[in-house]
Amino acid sequence: MNIKKYLKIYSIFSYTSLASELEYKTNVIIDFVTAILSLVGSIFLLTIFFQNTDNIGGWRFEQALIIQGIYTILNGITNTWFNPNLTEIVKHIREGTLDFVLLKPIDSQFFISLKKIAPSGFLEIILGFALLFYCIGINQININIEFLLLSLSTLLCSIVILYSLWFLISTTTIWFVKTWNATEVLRSFLYIGRFPLNSFSFSLRIFFSIFVPIAFITTIPSEVFLGTAQIWEILLELIVSGIFFIVSRRFWLFALKYYTSASS
Amino acid sequence: MVESIIQVANLSKSFDISSKKPGLKGTLRHFFKRETKSVEVIKNINFEINKGEIVGFLGANGAGKTTILKILCGLIYPSQGELSVAGYLPYKRRSNFLKNITLIMGQKQQLIWDLPPIESFYLNAAIYDIEKFEAKKRIKKLSDMLEIEKELYIPVRKLSLGQRMKSELLAALIHKPNILFLDEPTLGLDINAQRNLRKFLQIYNRETDATICLTSHYMKDITSLCKRVICVHEGCITYDGKLDKLLKKISPVKDILIICKTDKDAKELSKSGYIIKNKNQKEVTITIKKDTIKSTLNKIFKSYGIEDIFINEPPVDEIIGNILVKEKV
Repeated sequence: MNIKKYLKIYSIFSYTSLASELEYKTNVIIDFVTAILSLVGSIFLLTIFFQNTDNIGGWRFEQALIIQGIYTILNGITNTWFNPNLTEIVKHIREGTLDFVLLKPIDSQFFISLKKIAPSGFLEIILGFALLFYCIGINQININIEFLLLSLSTLLCSIVILYSLWFLISTTTIWFVKTWNATEVLRSFLYIGRFPLNSFSFSLRIFFSIFVPIAFITTIPSEVFLGTAQIWEILLELIVSGIFFIVSRRFWLFALKYYTSASS
Repeated sequence: MVESIIQVANLSKSFDISSKKPGLKGTLRHFFKRETKSVEVIKNINFEINKGEIVGFLGANGAGKTTILKILCGLIYPSQGELSVAGYLPYKRRSNFLKNITLIMGQKQQLIWDLPPIESFYLNAAIYDIEKFEAKKRIKKLSDMLEIEKELYIPVRKLSLGQRMKSELLAALIHKPNILFLDEPTLGLDINAQRNLRKFLQIYNRETDATICLTSHYMKDITSLCKRVICVHEGCITYDGKLDKLLKKISPVKDILIICKTDKDAKELSKSGYIIKNKNQKEVTITIKKDTIKSTLNKIFKSYGIEDIFINEPPVDEIIGNILVKEKV
């Protein structure tokens, strides 16, 4: 793979996508306002949960805010990259415009995963990081290289898991044609990731760790932030993200053999 | 010797297609127990296309023309058979193969809707590893040929269908492909836009010696661009050869409008045993075999008072329309 070529193409993707989005000024402003209100609403919800108790599932309010911060960053990434691109896969397959992607001398997964950007998600990412920095202050977390390395790598793994899950579901469109509902279910599961895994019952914890690894997505990076994560947890997240990414890639290449294109 | 660039041997393709009975009962049954059956849409076809040829694929809706094009450009895996396009197995979609071909579909578009076409051209140039300086040169040349210099900077959504189609062509040709697959490229365009597009394709073919495979329901596209046609009926090739030979074979007659000097001449002519297609006072239209035109007209000129004659070919649309539904041509 020619990295220089792909970087150049990605810079054009980003530019054209931003230029397209900025054609509709009001829409961008509404998205920004929605992002702010969504974060305020989530924090308000957390304060209600903690009104009569100091901790839920072993997590104090200040600690639970870290999960909220990570969730906000992931949601921002979802809104910036995953949502505009991966929901388009369904459209590409239904309308047969995937033909144009497949006939380009470029990796098709790269093309359909990164072609678009929704700038409104940037604000969520910034707000999420701002909340995390605030949490570092109130939880008196010591910042050092080890902390930065571990927290960034677990966050990156979370992004990879989330992307792979979404991409896997979207790929099934090649057979089932319409899978919007499935990606909506995934988004709903992501909402669950706003709360600590320990606050759920044992069976739900198993479900969200094994079948839909939402636990890996927010809880483990949060534990890394608090310095309570076990090394095996971090390694497991690394392995799970790697497996999910490879599976999603293989599944895409396999599914393309069954692509029949839409009729003219 | 002319070099063959596309070879297809014993190619077949089957699709699993589900059918649904009407009504609520049919809908529920379709939801819970979907009945699918394998339908062979391409049946054991064979052909070769030479470099620089323009070949028209003719057939009714659903005959399999688009499926053939999509197999040739590598979008669909064939169920069986052998094929080679520019020396490659298309469905492997190797980078060098993809740089050699292009697909243009009249009913689908690849341009970025909210931005001027030039942005999509530069994106495609980067994807095909074309340097910006070279891309600029090619865009200038192609936009001159297509006469869309001004439209390059207007958002795609504001362009007319004709202007959009020309821009689509430019986007699809920026990498100088050797093989063009065109699936109904003039669909929905007005007569002038259709003519301009055809003119462009003729010039492009002449200048670059590119091979063009074309499907179209507009017979004018076929007659003005393709010397060779391949007729497809229910997934089988029913004719592969020269278009004029096909027309001669299918329609061996011509209509001749004869304007007689008097009503009496017209009346006598219409009773003389020729196949009369139409009669209106002094005007008589007769149908005669192409190879007897000269002798028949000589006889008519000698026997009757004739003022003028007009020789008409039956409309190509009519002839082709008739053969599209035939199993054998």
